[in-house]
Amino acid sequence: MKKLIAILLIPAATFIAPLAAMASEGGVRLDTAPIKPTDVLSLQRGARTFANYCLNCHSASLMRWNRLEELGLNESQISDNLIFTGAKIGDLMDVAMTKKDARKWFGAAPPDLSVIARARGADWLYSYLRSFYRDPARPTGWNNAVFENVGMPNPLWQLQGERVRVEEKAKGSEGKEGHGGAATVVKYEMVKPGSLSTVQYDETIADLVNFLVYMGEPAATTRKQIGIFVLLYLLALLPLVYLLKREFWKDVH
Amino acid sequence: MAAAEKTPVRGTGSVALDSALTWVDARFPLISTWKAHLAEYYAPKNFNFWYYFGSLAMLVLALQIVTGIFLTMNYKPDANLAFASVEYIMREVPGGWIIRYMHSTGASAFFICVYLHMFRSLLYGSHRKPRELLWIFGVLIYLCLMGEAFFGYLLPWGQMSYWGAQVIINLFSAIPFVGPDISLWIRGDYVISDATLNRFFALHVIAIPLILLGLVVAHLLALHEVGSNNPDGIEIKKHKDAKGVPLDGIPFHPYYTVKDIFGVVVFLIVFAIVVFFAPEMGGYFLEANNFIPANPLQTPPHIAPVWYFTPYYSILRSVPPLFNSQFPGVVAMGVSVMILFALPWLDRGAVKSIRYRGTYFKAALTAFVVVFLVLGYLGTEPTTVWGQFGSWLGNVDRATVVARVCSVIYFLFFILMPWYTKVDKTKPEPERVTH
Repeated sequence: MKKLIAILLIPAATFIAPLAAMASEGGVRLDTAPIKPTDVLSLQRGARTFANYCLNCHSASLMRWNRLEELGLNESQISDNLIFTGAKIGDLMDVAMTKKDARKWFGAAPPDLSVIARARGADWLYSYLRSFYRDPARPTGWNNAVFENVGMPNPLWQLQGERVRVEEKAKGSEGKEGHGGAATVVKYEMVKPGSLSTVQYDETIADLVNFLVYMGEPAATTRKQIGIFVLLYLLALLPLVYLLKREFWKDVH
Repeated sequence: MAAAEKTPVRGTGSVALDSALTWVDARFPLISTWKAHLAEYYAPKNFNFWYYFGSLAMLVLALQIVTGIFLTMNYKPDANLAFASVEYIMREVPGGWIIRYMHSTGASAFFICVYLHMFRSLLYGSHRKPRELLWIFGVLIYLCLMGEAFFGYLLPWGQMSYWGAQVIINLFSAIPFVGPDISLWIRGDYVISDATLNRFFALHVIAIPLILLGLVVAHLLALHEVGSNNPDGIEIKKHKDAKGVPLDGIPFHPYYTVKDIFGVVVFLIVFAIVVFFAPEMGGYFLEANNFIPANPLQTPPHIAPVWYFTPYYSILRSVPPLFNSQFPGVVAMGVSVMILFALPWLDRGAVKSIRYRGTYFKAALTAFVVVFLVLGYLGTEPTTVWGQFGSWLGNVDRATVVARVCSVIYFLFFILMPWYTKVDKTKPEPERVTH
C-alpha cells in the first residue's frame, strides 16, 4: 500500500520537504492511562501542571482561560495561579513563541495541544510523557522511547529525574544471535532522581493527561449526561409508538 | 382545472380548516397529491425489517440538511480558519457539539441505511422489471452520496481530510494523457489548497444536495408509478378488488407511516447512543488523525478513507500497477461501482425474491456480502495487517492476496449473474403475498 500511496502522491511529492523532526514511531506497548474525567481535583492538578510546564512552548489556542471555571475554579484563582502572561481571563491559551523561532530552536514548531488527546489518545500521551531518557546524541540531550528522536526535550525532568537507556543481553541468549537478532533487553535506569518519586510522577502525568483529555472535548461530560436523558426519553417513547402501530394494524390480515 | 369541478374538502372536524383546504385544493393539487402518494398509495402488506431503511435514509437526509445549515452558520471555508472554526463550533457555539456530532454521525448513518436499502433490493429483486429506472435513480443517489461525503470530508481540514482528498484526486492523475490536467482542474491548484477547500464547500452545501434532492423526488415518483416490491417479489397489482385496489395492498398512510415511526424511534436510539456516547465510533466515524490540522508538508504514515469507501479502496489497492501506472486499479474501482447500473439486466432469475431462488443465487449473494465486508475491513487497515506469506509465495502481504481473491469474487458476482440466476433451480412463487 505504501507503494500505491507513493504513486498517487507523486504530483504532490515535489512539494513535500522532508520534515526534520518527523520521526519514526515504533510499536511500543502503551500503558493504560489511569484517568477519571469526572475527578475535578485531578483535572485542577492537571491544569496546574499544564500551565506551568506545557504552556510555555505549546499553545492551546482553541481553549479559553475562563473555560477552566468548569473545573470549579473562579476567575481570580485562574488569573492569579495559572495565567503567567498578561492574558485576560477571556483570552485563548496562546503562547508568545513564534512558529519561526520554534522551528529554529526545536526543528519543528511544538503542536497546539487543544485537541492533542483526540489525535494521540490518552494512553499514548501517558506513556510518552513518562518515557523520556538522556541521549547525548540528540541536540536537546533527550530522547523518548515512545516517540523516537522527538524534537521535544523533557520539560518535566526536574520532577521525573534523569534516566538513561541500558541495553543488556538477555540471560541465556549468549551465542544465539542470528535467529531474529540478538536477544537484548532494554532497560531505563534512573541516574539522577527528580523531586518526585516514580509513583508520584506517574500520578502527576495521569492528572495532566486527564486535563488534556478534558481540554480535547470540554463538552464530553455534558454530552454523556444529556445522552442519558435523550435515551430515557426515546426508550419511554418506544413502547408507545409500538402500541400505536399495533392499534392501527389490528385490521390488517 | 376550475375550482367548481373539485369536491369541497370535508371531514377534518373543523369548518374553517375544511374551507381553507378547499380554497387551497382549488388552486393546487393538494388532495390528489396526498391521495396519490400517501392515503391511496397502496403498499404490499407484508413489508418486513428490510423495508425500514428507505424512509430512514430520507430521515437522515433531512437531518443532514438541517444540521448542515446550522453548521454553515459558523464554519469558515478558509484553509487558515477551517480547522479552528470546527473546534469553535465544538466549544463555543451553544449546542454546537451536538449539531456537529449529529452531522458527522449522520454521514455514516446515511451510508448504513443506504447499504441496507440496496441489500434489500438484492434480497427481494426490487431492481427487476418494472423497477429498473427506480434502481438507476437509486444508484445515482448513491453516487451523489459518495460525492457529498467526499467533499464534506475535506471541510474539517484535518490531516485525514487533506491526505484522503489528495489520494482520491490523484486517482484521476492515473488516467492516461489527460489525467494530470483533470486533477489540476478539480483541485484548482497544484496541491490541495484554499481554492480546493472553497470549491468543495460550494459543491458540498449547494450543488450535490440540490441534485440529491431532485434524485430523491425522482426515486419516489418512479416508486409510486410502479408500486413497491415486497419480500415475495410478486406484483400485488395482479389481484385487485372491484374498486381497483390491490387485495394485498394497504394505504401507505396511516399503516406504513405509523410503522415507520416505530422504525424511526429504534433508529434514533441507536443514533443517540453513537452521538452521545461514542461519536468517534472507535475512529471509524471520526478519525484520530483528523484532529491534527492539515499539514501539506507531512504525510501521515497510514492514509485510509472513511469506512463507507473502504471496499472500493481495497479493490483499487489490490489491482497491481501496469507499466508503473495505477490506472488499472482506478478502472477496477470505477467499474466496481458503475456495474451496479447494469444489475437489472444481469439478473435473469425466473423469480425475484430470495425466498424462491435456488442454491446458486443464495450462495452467490452470501459470498458477495462476505467479500464486501472483508474488503471493507481490509480497506481500513494497512496491507501489512495480516503479515506476509513465506518466501514460497514471494513474501507477499497476506491481506493483499485476500483482497485480490475478494475483488475477483466481487466482480464474478456480477459477471456470472446472467448464468447462475438463469440455471438456478427456483421454487414456484405464491399467487398472493405471504408473511
